Amino acid sequence: MGVGALQDGIAAGRLSADQYAENFSDLHPPLNHHEAIVEADRCYFCFDAPCLNACPTSIDIPMFIREIVTDNPLGAAETIFEQNILGGMCARVCPTEQLCEEACVREAAEGKPVKIGQLQRYATDVAMKADAQFFVRGAETGKTVAVVGAGPAGLACAHRLSMHGHKVKIFDARPKAGGLNEYGIASYKTVDGFAQAEVDYVTAIGGIEIEHSKILGEQFSLADLERDYDAVFLGIGLGGVNALRAEGETADGVDNAVDFIAELRQSSDVGKLPIGRRVVVIGGGMTAIDAAVQAKLLGADEVTMVYRRGKDQMNASTFEQDLAASKGVTIRHWMAPVRVLTSNGKVTGIELEHTALVDGKLTGIGDKMTIAADQVFKAIGQTLATDGEGLSLAGGKIEVDDEGKTSMAKVWAGGDCATGGDDLTVTAVAEGRDAAESINRMLMNI
Amino acid sequence: MADLRNNFIGIKSPNPFWLASAPPTDKAYNVERAFKAGWGGVVWKTLGEEGPPVVNVNGPRYGAIWGADRRLLGLNNIELITDRQLQVNLQEMKAVKMRWPDRALIASIMVPCEEDSWKAILPLVEETNADGIELNFGCPHGMSERGMGAAVGQVPEYVEMVVRWCKQYSRMPVITKLTPNITDVRKPARAAKNGGTDAVSLINTINSITSVNLDTFSPEPSIDGKGSHGGYCGPAVKPIALSMVSEIARDPETFGLPISGIGGITTWRDAAEFLALGAGNVQVCTAVMTYGFKIVEEMISGLSNWMDEKGHLTLDDFAGRAVRNVSDWQYLNLNYVTKARINQDLCISCGRCHIACEDTSHQAIMKEKDGKRHFEVMDDECVGCNLCVDVCPVENCITMEALPPGSIDERTGRVVTGQYANWTTHPNNPMAKATAPAE
Repeated sequence: MGVGALQDGIAAGRLSADQYAENFSDLHPPLNHHEAIVEADRCYFCFDAPCLNACPTSIDIPMFIREIVTDNPLGAAETIFEQNILGGMCARVCPTEQLCEEACVREAAEGKPVKIGQLQRYATDVAMKADAQFFVRGAETGKTVAVVGAGPAGLACAHRLSMHGHKVKIFDARPKAGGLNEYGIASYKTVDGFAQAEVDYVTAIGGIEIEHSKILGEQFSLADLERDYDAVFLGIGLGGVNALRAEGETADGVDNAVDFIAELRQSSDVGKLPIGRRVVVIGGGMTAIDAAVQAKLLGADEVTMVYRRGKDQMNASTFEQDLAASKGVTIRHWMAPVRVLTSNGKVTGIELEHTALVDGKLTGIGDKMTIAADQVFKAIGQTLATDGEGLSLAGGKIEVDDEGKTSMAKVWAGGDCATGGDDLTVTAVAEGRDAAESINRMLMNI
Repeated sequence: MADLRNNFIGIKSPNPFWLASAPPTDKAYNVERAFKAGWGGVVWKTLGEEGPPVVNVNGPRYGAIWGADRRLLGLNNIELITDRQLQVNLQEMKAVKMRWPDRALIASIMVPCEEDSWKAILPLVEETNADGIELNFGCPHGMSERGMGAAVGQVPEYVEMVVRWCKQYSRMPVITKLTPNITDVRKPARAAKNGGTDAVSLINTINSITSVNLDTFSPEPSIDGKGSHGGYCGPAVKPIALSMVSEIARDPETFGLPISGIGGITTWRDAAEFLALGAGNVQVCTAVMTYGFKIVEEMISGLSNWMDEKGHLTLDDFAGRAVRNVSDWQYLNLNYVTKARINQDLCISCGRCHIACEDTSHQAIMKEKDGKRHFEVMDDECVGCNLCVDVCPVENCITMEALPPGSIDERTGRVVTGQYANWTTHPNNPMAKATAPAE
């Protein structure tokens, strides 16, 4: 227990150094060699494997697992990276229980799928530790492509473009590359500076230059890029945050969950991060879970997640919901915030109204309650931070076709900022990669 | 409760599970632990002639192959016969037999192929009150280079000669242990019978190199960078052993000759199969070297429960029951038509049946139906080969079903007659003895 353990309000140092270290260690420690071999042995090497078909990047999973079990982890890593150059991060953050592992025939057989994510991490860790590079930059084409955003979509796009011999310049809004991998994922999912190591691994192919702290619409415009480059890829994510639109929202202690998560990731000493004694997180997605769990791990006494719909409608996976519950987070469904209660400009609680579906429409049913809180995190969705600079939008996102082409001839987009696909790291990688192929076809007249 | 008591050529033991002559039976310490665990008998590790004991390598003696989850499937060894003093072994054997009178204790013997050598050792063994002797004509490594073990077992004339000496100079029952490293195992079995053996035991181990070290290019097990073929045993050799046992069990010349079955026996089921194929009892080695002596509890319980379930009161009730069903290929019923059936409730959709059939067999399993992943046998292509059953990871998910008489085999368009007809009468057989059509 730390000195600030039972302090009311928002305080740092609630836990001992050992507790912090334990709480923010690797959620799934890596498999060692023996564990990997035992687990890989369970794969049936299915025909037209359902896991492969469930993977947004179509990694040949049975093949890489067979390569692991035959003591060829580098071969396994190459099989993974061929389809997904960010296979290392995806191994850590993919909701595998909804993708490959849900499709695994051993899930059908005995309710215990092969631990595909863990095996992917094993193989990619071996290769990255050995700095084994499997791809070389293609012969110089003389073409240049601007990539905006050094997140999963932008990095995957840049890597594939470099393989084809194009010169890539990445512009990123933040001081560090990686996008949500660096700023938007719970600390216990990717420890030891993995996101930066992965950026280095991906860009080691060469021909990729990254400019940091360059924001689209501020330091440069889309028109500049169209003028100066042969093609443009936008992987800018969703930089804006939805507002609560409730009384008291501006009080001290009401924060954006994404900022909290980013601050945690950038912190070198989580013991110095203040957290409320009683925390409420509004939202039902992965961001809400990441914020709620980490609030608890920072030593908050009570953490409550409040979601206006039911368990089945939550964007957070069942695994994530269970993880939150196991860490002591209370999840309340069918409740919408009415107003933030304050005293002297500081949060003291939140008033909520019970909700229900009435004729298929979410409706407040009048019954209200309050939860005392020192801190409230908003995690009710993110929005595009640009007005589109002339691009067609659809549903608040940049409209793209199957290849990632936008309404502008030289501009492609992918990842969270673009229409289509789930907002997952792995989907962003697939979209960035496929957009690069499309860009290459255009540039080379293939 | 089934009666598991065993009487093998007059040697009685509380159950048919003996330990084979091998490291687990090298000394009193191990043998007594085995008896305490419940083993019915042991064949003491092979004794050599009086004098300086043999010398073993001081590096690895074993090599292995593994299945899923690193389950040991095959083991090989380059260990020689006992490397302890003959007198020490004899004293311990006598003491153990005295303490465990209800268990079988057999002495395995390997001495040079000279009458005097056998004549010298037999009385020494007899003095221990061992229940019988087993002649080691099987070990394929090391001792065979010195004219013993498999070097004898591979020459039927030597087998007969040595068996004759043993029967001449000893009152003890003789079990002749055969090597599988021979083209036709019936030849040494017949020779042993002609020499007067009371029984044969088989199989001894098979010539083998388990692997090659790809760093040093040495065969495994490696002794200072070199390897020698060893004797292979364990679950992987069971099918070879079953076949050889059955050949001797059904050979008119050796029919009725008692057989002690050896070769990869790991569970009660393996043992029951050997007994059904003509073995009078079984000997186990690799399974205990993998899991320890305790497994005999499972073997006793499993065999007993199966016998109870089937109504077999004693071992004799099912002894040799499968022998009559071992046939030459030419007599197999060509009018017996089967089709694979996939139980859709058990199917986990791995598709291995499809790809095995599609790539390597008869293109008889569909991979989708109504646009969905679905595996189903197409009777008009299925030849009933059983490959899909063998590659399916779920037991009993795919089964072979015989078409009833009167139904039509969609592959051939012919009516299933229900009448037996084999190759000897098939019209395609130039040597056909009759004209009755098959198929």
